[in-house]
Amino acid sequence: MDIFLQQIVNGLVQGSIYALVALGYTMVYGIMGLINFAHGEVVMIGTLVTITVAGSLIKAGMPVALAGLAGLSASVLVCMALGWGLERIAYRPLRNAPRLTPLITAIGMSIVLQNLAMMIWGRNYLTFPALLPKINFEVAGAHFTFIQVVIVLVSAATMGGLLALIYRTKLGMAMRATAQNPAVASLMGVNINRVIAAAFVIGSALGALAGVMVGTYYEIAHYQMGFMLGLKAFTAAVLGGIGNLAGAMLGGLLLGLIEALGAGYIGDLTGGFLGSHYQDIFAFIVLIVVLMFKPSGLFGEKTGDRA
Amino acid sequence: MLEVTGLHVAYGGIQAVRSITFHVNEGETVALIGANGAGKTSTLKAISRVLDAVGGDVHFCGEKISRIAPHHVIRKGIALVPEGRGVFPRLSVVENLRMGAFVRDDKAAIEQDLAMVFDYFPRLRERESQLAGTLSGGEQQMLAIGRALMSRPKLLLLDEPSMGLAPIMVQKIFEVVRAVAAKGMTILLIEQNAKLALESSQRGYVMESGEITLHGESAQLLGDPKVRAAYLGE
Repeated sequence: MDIFLQQIVNGLVQGSIYALVALGYTMVYGIMGLINFAHGEVVMIGTLVTITVAGSLIKAGMPVALAGLAGLSASVLVCMALGWGLERIAYRPLRNAPRLTPLITAIGMSIVLQNLAMMIWGRNYLTFPALLPKINFEVAGAHFTFIQVVIVLVSAATMGGLLALIYRTKLGMAMRATAQNPAVASLMGVNINRVIAAAFVIGSALGALAGVMVGTYYEIAHYQMGFMLGLKAFTAAVLGGIGNLAGAMLGGLLLGLIEALGAGYIGDLTGGFLGSHYQDIFAFIVLIVVLMFKPSGLFGEKTGDRA
Repeated sequence: MLEVTGLHVAYGGIQAVRSITFHVNEGETVALIGANGAGKTSTLKAISRVLDAVGGDVHFCGEKISRIAPHHVIRKGIALVPEGRGVFPRLSVVENLRMGAFVRDDKAAIEQDLAMVFDYFPRLRERESQLAGTLSGGEQQMLAIGRALMSRPKLLLLDEPSMGLAPIMVQKIFEVVRAVAAKGMTILLIEQNAKLALESSQRGYVMESGEITLHGESAQLLGDPKVRAAYLGE
């Protein structure tokens, strides 16, 4: 039972991070039908920028909280610019190309960004500065840290903010209209280019936030960290129904829980043959099962809905 | 108000509209009739900049609009009710209407116009918070017309508003179209239902294979033997 509660806590934390990243995939997919495989790399760059900015500010003697805030802001701004640039340079020229072309371009951009990060930050693992105090709690036998609480609360607040933006503002309405029928949205006076750019920029800002959380949580970062994280968040988006915001949130949390519980019990289930370091297989089992039996995901609309 | 000169539209090598010239005066309803594939929809799409014309010019209120960005057309005062309605299926009825007012900032006047659209189409008021995709075809047509009115256009372009609708629904829609026209709206109406279109307009143009072959007063076209033979089934 202790293990169960403990893994629920761990799963929720990891799931919140997946959900934030999955939102970046799902927003772009919802509006233009593109799977932006470079999104994981945007998250990675968010983490590494924070290390550089917050790390050097702390070294220069700035209070940790202030340096952390500066690092977070810098990372969000850099990632927003990066998302905007990706769309403008890599995807917009391919707007009317066959669907496979931008997809391959996305994989290409992912490789370009990884190598760029390797040239800037090097091949080695980097230590993420400790931005939050290490305080431990225990409730009903489950241990959790202040950092975990912050991750879950900040994710929840951010997602609430995103839902308000999409469902309560004019920009959000224009984004939903564009996702459903770009030609008619343009007749209504919506500048489609601007809406698509907004989807990239907002998704990248969420990615940067997730990147800072990942760094704070694992205290370590690397230029290849975006690959697996991106793949899992993509899985979460597919699980929830890609293109659907609530689906990405629920898919992220579910995937985090499945992984955590899987890792907690895999030893028992296989009689000790497989250990918890096999936890990555669960995400891909989920991906394969969803694609086989319900490719539209939990909340997904029927494909073919969009002409 | 609207002047189309030598408009030419092509899809790849296929000529859809071959150098047509026509105009719409302020306050009048003009019908553009013709068989399926005559180039009527392509003409409207080129005017509203959904499609790039290959050649020719479109002037609106004296200003050349044939090269402006598609999302600027509505800001000039032209609203299109597209073929097949083009409602946003997963937005509610009222959100669809608010999308029509996307380019406006005058909140109080938008609320007034919302009430006006609901007065024209009481059915929409009943279904205000329903998703547009769940409406019947006729209701979606009402919504598409209401949405176009929400931009307070100077010129309303209607693409086949009767298409696929039950006769009673067609009647209701055209009652509103005539009521809107009676209030001074300028309308360019495209229809396959030539009789209905000519009865609802002051002037008409007949399109055939991408060209305008006849034009004149609607009443006169209604009596024209060629029109009667080709489009009124006599």
